Amino acid sequence: MPIITYRDALSQALREEMQRDDRVFLMGEEVAVYQGAYKVSKGLLQEFGEMRVVDTPITELGFAGVGVGAAMVGLRPIIEFMTWNFAVLALDQVLNAAAKLLYMSGGQYNIPIVFRGPNGAALQLSAQHSQSFESWLAHIPGLKVVTPGTPYDAKGLLKSAIRDDNPVCFLEGEMLYNTKGEVPEEEYTIPIGKADLKREGDACSIITNGKMVLVAMQAADQLAKDGIKVDVVDLRTVRPMDVEAIRMSVMKTNRAVVLEEGWELAGIGAQTVDYIQRDCFDMLDAPVIRVHQADVPMPYAKNLERAAKPDAAKTIAAVRKVMYLD
Amino acid sequence: MATKVFMEALSPTMEEGRLVKWNKNEGDAVKSGDVLAEVETDKAIMELVARGDGILRKRFVGEGESKPVGQLVGVIAGADENIDALVAEGSGGGSAGGSGATPVASPKPPEAPVAKPTESAGGTSAPQAPVAAPHESNGGPVRSSPLARRMASERGVDLGRLQGSGPGGRIIKRDIESAAQSGGGASAAASAPAPRRAAGAGDYEDVALTQIRKTIAKRLAESIGPIPTFYLTADFDLTRVTEMRAAMAAMGDQFKVSVNDIVLKAVATALSQHPEVNAHWLGDRIRYHNRVHLGVAVATDDGLIVPVIFDADTKRMSEISQETRALAKRARERKLTPAEYTGSTFSVSNLGMFGIDQFTAIINPPEVGILAIGAARNEVVDVDGSYETRPRMKVTMSCDHRAVDGAVGAAFLQTLRRCIENPLMLVY
Repeated sequence: MPIITYRDALSQALREEMQRDDRVFLMGEEVAVYQGAYKVSKGLLQEFGEMRVVDTPITELGFAGVGVGAAMVGLRPIIEFMTWNFAVLALDQVLNAAAKLLYMSGGQYNIPIVFRGPNGAALQLSAQHSQSFESWLAHIPGLKVVTPGTPYDAKGLLKSAIRDDNPVCFLEGEMLYNTKGEVPEEEYTIPIGKADLKREGDACSIITNGKMVLVAMQAADQLAKDGIKVDVVDLRTVRPMDVEAIRMSVMKTNRAVVLEEGWELAGIGAQTVDYIQRDCFDMLDAPVIRVHQADVPMPYAKNLERAAKPDAAKTIAAVRKVMYLD
Repeated sequence: MATKVFMEALSPTMEEGRLVKWNKNEGDAVKSGDVLAEVETDKAIMELVARGDGILRKRFVGEGESKPVGQLVGVIAGADENIDALVAEGSGGGSAGGSGATPVASPKPPEAPVAKPTESAGGTSAPQAPVAAPHESNGGPVRSSPLARRMASERGVDLGRLQGSGPGGRIIKRDIESAAQSGGGASAAASAPAPRRAAGAGDYEDVALTQIRKTIAKRLAESIGPIPTFYLTADFDLTRVTEMRAAMAAMGDQFKVSVNDIVLKAVATALSQHPEVNAHWLGDRIRYHNRVHLGVAVATDDGLIVPVIFDADTKRMSEISQETRALAKRARERKLTPAEYTGSTFSVSNLGMFGIDQFTAIINPPEVGILAIGAARNEVVDVDGSYETRPRMKVTMSCDHRAVDGAVGAAFLQTLRRCIENPLMLVY
């Protein structure tokens, strides 16, 4: 099986879906001539032309709205935000238009649109450009929120997102674009709303999503050296959340650590813990512990940024604590 | 913030504890969950664990001293924290100071036991849970994970008997697993009369009803009341009991025992060998008890009450004798506490002192049997072709047929006969 980057996996998904359905088009800042700020749209302008690969001015609210309008009249837009930090400007279109129109039109207008771009922190991009938005978006009924952590999941889920008849927010990771993994040559899709057990163990469940999957895997490797085998449950989609997968894992391990990139309050992990206490109360042998970003704007200083981010060491400490080892 | 160390209620009935041994010295660093000291309760030697982190700055109680539950016995605090107020409180020897406005609040209120003897039947932690129903468990509130509670109820492990190895003494999965392992597991008692429980065994074992048992229960209850009772009468020879009593009395008044004392001891011994009658009928299952808590019916002016000799099978005859007398006296003075008359696993009723030769007693549910003791009387009996006068006594066992079949009750009476006709078996 070919080993390709997360970036190329996304690029393949875009290309294949644009080949498959000529209603699909890509729009955003620098997506065409510059070939994408992160080169995800490399070669697409040459292949599909400027009607389907459209550069926009720096007007997030404007081009998100154009996308929603295009979806209303039957096209299938993919709106690329240079980062989700900039998408804040477009949130009115995302949550007041795209997420609501099917409901408010009494089912007359579904909005088959994908909003995509990098989410969360990279390195030293400071407070305004290092934020994780999955919990913000997942809060809104009418949106689906997908956070792939591997090239395989990125391609399969982006194809499903593009084919979905309703709005999907697709959250990538700037630090993930260069990561590599096996991606089959043949056609495949991954259903939205299905978690994936990335590692199997019986001592504890680490439940996570997006970029934190890599952190969880590092922690799992390290813990395995001490003979502690953990389940790593990659949610992949945070709305709708795969409650059954969470339940299956926690019923087996009796312990859980919930790891997320964003802040603590009202985070994805808070909802995960709620599902656990509701469905698995009688199977818990320890309180569930969350690992998340420190409750501060992301610091610029390298040492402080490192201290603020969730990482493998913090995850390992949490696992040891729920196992009553420390 | 300083953490007060209290004498905690480490058993459901503990009112004071004797500090047997300090495991930490003044100046030692301690973490929450560390064992600070060993404390002898009314039942066992238990561990007193730290409820906070810091330095064990002060110990107010010496080894060997007894203190009431709730008494301040130590202080855990930061190395340079001012604990003068606490030292004054602890050295003053006052009573429980856990509640209300104290100079230094405990860091985690729910974890700091403020139990006073009258307020809480106490466990290893804060008085947060209601005291367990008497027939469910003899333990008080204990801190345990939801999973541990579920496993304990499935495996018939009494949480009150376990020491938790989690933070703050929380009972967790591994504690149940090790208790179940050392306790001989679930299937032992059901198959054959287990001689004696293994040390550390659970207090009881629940066995789901088999189909045949369900049918027996349903059919017989339709026939005769909600508790389909049948009666087994046996006639015991008391020659050796009489000899033994005479020999003991000859040694001095302090060694005198009554026939009743010997019978109680014999019943407890036989019960320990027959868990199948030392049981509770719980509707959908039968709970076979591994401990023998013998109810002893006592007539009072107000009516009948049945105080309990807990763990009667492990007590010496002299203990049973003293305890029976004390309980009967307290019963007549109406001083029994509920804890003293709930939790029995089998009962005995003796009307011999009223000259009744034989009678049937009514089962005290959810128990499945009761033994009615008649008077000792002399009777002419055939001994190898010649006639002799022998002291004899009739006992009648009422059995709940839903749980106990005739042969099972008879086997118990056989063991009881062996114990009473050969009282040396009681020291075997």
